[in-house]
Amino acid sequence: MWNNENNKKSSLGLNMVEKIMSRHTNKIVKAGDIAICDIDFAFGQDGTSGMIIDAFREMEAKKVFDPKNCAMILDHSSPSPIIGVSAIHKKIREFTKEQGIILHDVGDGVCHQLVPEKGHVVPGDLIVGADSHTCTYGALNSCSTGMGSTDVAGAMVAGKTWFKIPEIIKFVCNGKFPKGVYSKDLILYLIGQLTADGATYKACEYVGEAIADLSIEARMTIANMAIEMGAKFGIMESDEKTSAWLKGKTDREFLAVESDDNANYSQIIETDVTNLGPKIAMPHTVDNVCPIEDVLGKKMDQAVLGTCTNGRIEDFKVAAEVIKGHKVHPDVRFIIVPASRSILLQAMELGYIQTLVEAGAALVTPGCGPCVGTHNGVPSNGENVISTANRNFKGRMGNGSAFIHLGSPATVVASAIESKIADPRNYVN
Amino acid sequence: MILKGKTHRFKTPAGTDHDINTDYIISGRYKFQCEDNNELATHVMEDLDPNFYANIEKGDFIVAGKNFGCGSSREQAPIAIIYAGISAVIAKSFARIFFRNGFNKGLPLIECDTDRIDPADKLEIDLERGVINNLTKKEEIKFSAIPPLMLTLLNDGGMIEHFKKNKGFNIDG
Ligand code: SF4
Repeated sequence: MWNNENNKKSSLGLNMVEKIMSRHTNKIVKAGDIAICDIDFAFGQDGTSGMIIDAFREMEAKKVFDPKNCAMILDHSSPSPIIGVSAIHKKIREFTKEQGIILHDVGDGVCHQLVPEKGHVVPGDLIVGADSHTCTYGALNSCSTGMGSTDVAGAMVAGKTWFKIPEIIKFVCNGKFPKGVYSKDLILYLIGQLTADGATYKACEYVGEAIADLSIEARMTIANMAIEMGAKFGIMESDEKTSAWLKGKTDREFLAVESDDNANYSQIIETDVTNLGPKIAMPHTVDNVCPIEDVLGKKMDQAVLGTCTNGRIEDFKVAAEVIKGHKVHPDVRFIIVPASRSILLQAMELGYIQTLVEAGAALVTPGCGPCVGTHNGVPSNGENVISTANRNFKGRMGNGSAFIHLGSPATVVASAIESKIADPRNYVN
Repeated sequence: MILKGKTHRFKTPAGTDHDINTDYIISGRYKFQCEDNNELATHVMEDLDPNFYANIEKGDFIVAGKNFGCGSSREQAPIAIIYAGISAVIAKSFARIFFRNGFNKGLPLIECDTDRIDPADKLEIDLERGVINNLTKKEEIKFSAIPPLMLTLLNDGGMIEHFKKNKGFNIDG
């Protein structure tokens, strides 16, 4: 039996992930165990929900376990650019009506912004989504992870799924971020160190004053990219910022989890951000990371601000501050995509959209934008793109002959101004 | 469950058998075009070995290095392998979403040191006991036995069949 007192520091020797998993299977489980756990929320997006519906039908299921804790989100190819996608969107709309589950339709935003923004996650939750960046909500002290469509269909039917409890790598991040350097630069740096499969089967725990200093949005950028090291979860502690952020989004009560002082870690990695500089992930892998100094001046044809990694309000704030008094270079298309409708509204109210569009940016519908290459800005052969997204795989933006570079919002905007990779520290004061 | 068959190995353009991604297993160009799984299976691994499908005998194994199945979460990858007649994949490690998809679709995935397994070796695998008997080399390789939960999924033919039969999970966890 799991005792809720154990969520706080205890003598059991459990880390945060083991505590969340234990709580959801009502007995103590540790790394390496396999368990069937209750889940709090399950969802799919427009690229994966079609197969969730097919699996649901093949299972001969009648009802989802809890309609208000299941969602389908039309974000990847939205508004639909082709008839085939329109048919999938229609099928998803009909299914959500039939089951009474939550639908977020065209223009609402990216799944990984909407799930936390709409109050579907609180600390201590266990969430599955049919999208690999579901790990984003670890920033809210939850265990959330991406799975295949059959898995998510099973979770929607049963309200539970099986897990192998992962080992956990602890990242202790100390120091203060210098001006012009952001959480995106830190996570790119860490991925470069650990490599693309450095955390396969494992979870990542991020602690330390550098993490505590970050806003929830900036923490989400880090948690979002745990999968780029192969990790199942990327989890952080809950603090006053977490509670303040959740206020007004949900009135669910929650029990945050804390790792025990004698918890087990497969590895502990310490970093100091005090001397960290801007980083770029070079084509075609996310772990191909270098300091910006190595590639300054490389010509860029397109710049993208947005996605579930960096399409949030403070990213738009940074972008507007950097571009103020400058123009987008005529040789660059600068595409901006707020991660959700409410971020778009907020960014309009605060004048960020005005500033960016006046400077020459092209605004597209809240959602995934050009991230996955189905619409909204497919690059041409041989072109260079700089983006705030989380993946730069060959072909990712819809053209295998283009070259995608990843950086922070400030780096992307500075590069849009100069039409080449540019140091954001020259633009922030 | 005892499985018997011969092995197949592949090399990626990088010259290794690590990181065989889901695009190599089944190219993205078929994933939206092919509704028929038997047809999909004929394209399995074709970018690494165009003759592979023709050389499979039912029950054969794929053997690889680290991080097999990395990349996208497409479930067509394990499906194409299963419909091609492969009865298990043996690798040093698997990417985690592929690992789940494999068991959920009814494909046993075995993690062990694969250095001593050559192409066309004849193997006999005991999933419950966690032993590979290399009949060609007359030696045994041990692997961690497949946990009961996943064996149940495999024995039922994957998660969909398991759910159909039990109206949900019917496994102690
Ligand atoms: S924004 Fe990009 S990475 Fe995020 S969910 Fe959409 S396609 Fe995936």
